[in-house]
Amino acid sequence: MSIPARFGPYGGRYVPETVIPALDQLAAAYERMSADPGFNAQLDGLLKDFVGRPTPLYLAERLTEKLGGPRIYLKREDLCHTGAHKINNTVGQLLLAVEMGKKRIIAETGAGQHGVATATAAALFGLPCAIYMGEKDIARQELNVVRMKLLGAEVIPVSSGSRTLKDAMNEAIRDWVTNVGETYYVIGSVAGPAPYPAIVRDFQSVIGREAREQILQQEGRLPNELIACVGGGSNAMGLFAAFMDTGVGMTGVEAAGEGLETGRHGASIERGARGVLHGSLSYILQDAYGQILEAHSISAGLDYPGVGPEHSYLHDEGRVRYDSVTDAEALAAFTLLSETEGIIPALESSHAIAYVVKHTGRFSPGDAIIVNLSGRGDKDVHQAARALGLLE
Amino acid sequence: MSRLEELFRSRKKKALLMPYITGGYPTIHECRHVLDAFVAGGADMIELGVPFSDPLADGPVVQASAQRALDEGVTPDDVLALAGEFSGRLPVVLLVYFNCVYAYGQERFVDAAAQAGVSGLIVPDLPVDEAGEFAGICRARGVDPILLVAPTSTDERISMIAAQASGFIYCVSVAGVTGARTSLSEQLPDFLARVRAKTDVPLAVGFGVSTPDHAAAVAEYADGVIIGSRLISMVAEAGDIDIAVRAVTSFLSLINEVLEP
Repeated sequence: MSIPARFGPYGGRYVPETVIPALDQLAAAYERMSADPGFNAQLDGLLKDFVGRPTPLYLAERLTEKLGGPRIYLKREDLCHTGAHKINNTVGQLLLAVEMGKKRIIAETGAGQHGVATATAAALFGLPCAIYMGEKDIARQELNVVRMKLLGAEVIPVSSGSRTLKDAMNEAIRDWVTNVGETYYVIGSVAGPAPYPAIVRDFQSVIGREAREQILQQEGRLPNELIACVGGGSNAMGLFAAFMDTGVGMTGVEAAGEGLETGRHGASIERGARGVLHGSLSYILQDAYGQILEAHSISAGLDYPGVGPEHSYLHDEGRVRYDSVTDAEALAAFTLLSETEGIIPALESSHAIAYVVKHTGRFSPGDAIIVNLSGRGDKDVHQAARALGLLE
Repeated sequence: MSRLEELFRSRKKKALLMPYITGGYPTIHECRHVLDAFVAGGADMIELGVPFSDPLADGPVVQASAQRALDEGVTPDDVLALAGEFSGRLPVVLLVYFNCVYAYGQERFVDAAAQAGVSGLIVPDLPVDEAGEFAGICRARGVDPILLVAPTSTDERISMIAAQASGFIYCVSVAGVTGARTSLSEQLPDFLARVRAKTDVPLAVGFGVSTPDHAAAVAEYADGVIIGSRLISMVAEAGDIDIAVRAVTSFLSLINEVLEP
């Protein structure tokens, strides 16, 4: 098995020469380990006993009834240890890092979920860990900053550019270029230079493998559609990957922010153009001269001006439909799911719920759909309270 | 032999002096004065950066200069025009991140560079494996695609890079980003010897070269000395462009002295 460096024209390794040999080593190590039964047994054991997998596939009956459309199943990644799907990937990559003899862990984070998941896995393996986080995100995700510190990680504020995920990733790459010998860089989405997009997809594909087995048990058939939010796109790829050999419909939901027409959004596929950001060719938000534009979303995890290269490919191929919902629609869905199901979703995942609310009419009442509930909303409570005026 | 290679081969100095400035920093007009200072200070070649929003090979000093230029509204077209103003006086190479080239259109960008008299293009985030199409476009227009090697490059990769290189090879002195450093890497001589063993193409060293002593040390093993962040800091700290010009001119003259045969 060889790891793809490209998805159609997308992907590649547009990074300084200094780290290319490290990417070669990573690809070779991953190819070796992913075929090693011992490695896979160790990973499966951690996913079960540390992460808490399998996560349930839950039929949201009251939401289904309320919308009067398809039967809505929620893949409960919010129930993973640390509260989101991100840990599936970080545990896998930490195992790789240990196998490769790396002594130090770095990562970037937007909402802080990947940072927390990386800090958690680094603590589990006893490795020192530094997390790069934009100053703007630090301000709006204070809780996750504290969690990372409690887990023993150093949180390094990034004050350049838009002070969000994009800049945190620039800074993490710069650290990696400088300390590439002993440092392992844990990328948190299906983005970055090859082989990262394929590695992260593979580690996240446990979501789809479980969901496929579970829906067959509960519905006796495959679902009509899969729906997931897309920032960089790791939870979506994790769900979609296991269904690629089927005819199941797939929708990725990007952040329309304050509205696509305002220019303040994070819809790289819908409104971006082809370009290179963070080491791979994909759809990105940029001006006519290729300067990267700031993304905008109420959800820090979707506030990213790029998208994983495989998503760009799946878009062009017409295999996955991409759409977007606004901050306001996501907030309404956040409230709706909380009140009807007793589940407070992450603002990221609320975008996927909002898509279903908005497009219930696309489905027949006999349909069954799976929505990836990629994370829980505890981290967003403060932000939501401000937006909804709950703290008068 | 390309114009750049010719320049290295016919030199009298131990190594060529190759100062860098971000194009349009601090402003287009003031940048012109800095480039005049490069000429007056005895530079053999000008390296001009195209400001990019996300320069991931650069340290804080070059990053800040790019952001300042972007805030001033500087575009790749402005930098190409600036290159055109100076390419008659000294050979000019551009340092440009790949997305700026890609968004412009690879052929269109290289055409514009050739038109401006640019001799070479350095794309720090386009390693040799990805550079095939771009290098072909450059060669067809008589512009050298300048490839980079790093201390982490394996011998196998150095051979790959050497086989594709023309003009000169940009040797990154240390694993890291651009920025002034207090000392050069102790491994630099071994690294340069490894590269030299694989190629006759001239070698220029950059990243961290920031004092006359560094330049003298580099000149023992390499054909060119690239100085960037230190110069940008001098311009930033001067505050006034006339003071900056005097500081840059006299600093480059100092460097030039140690490069004399």
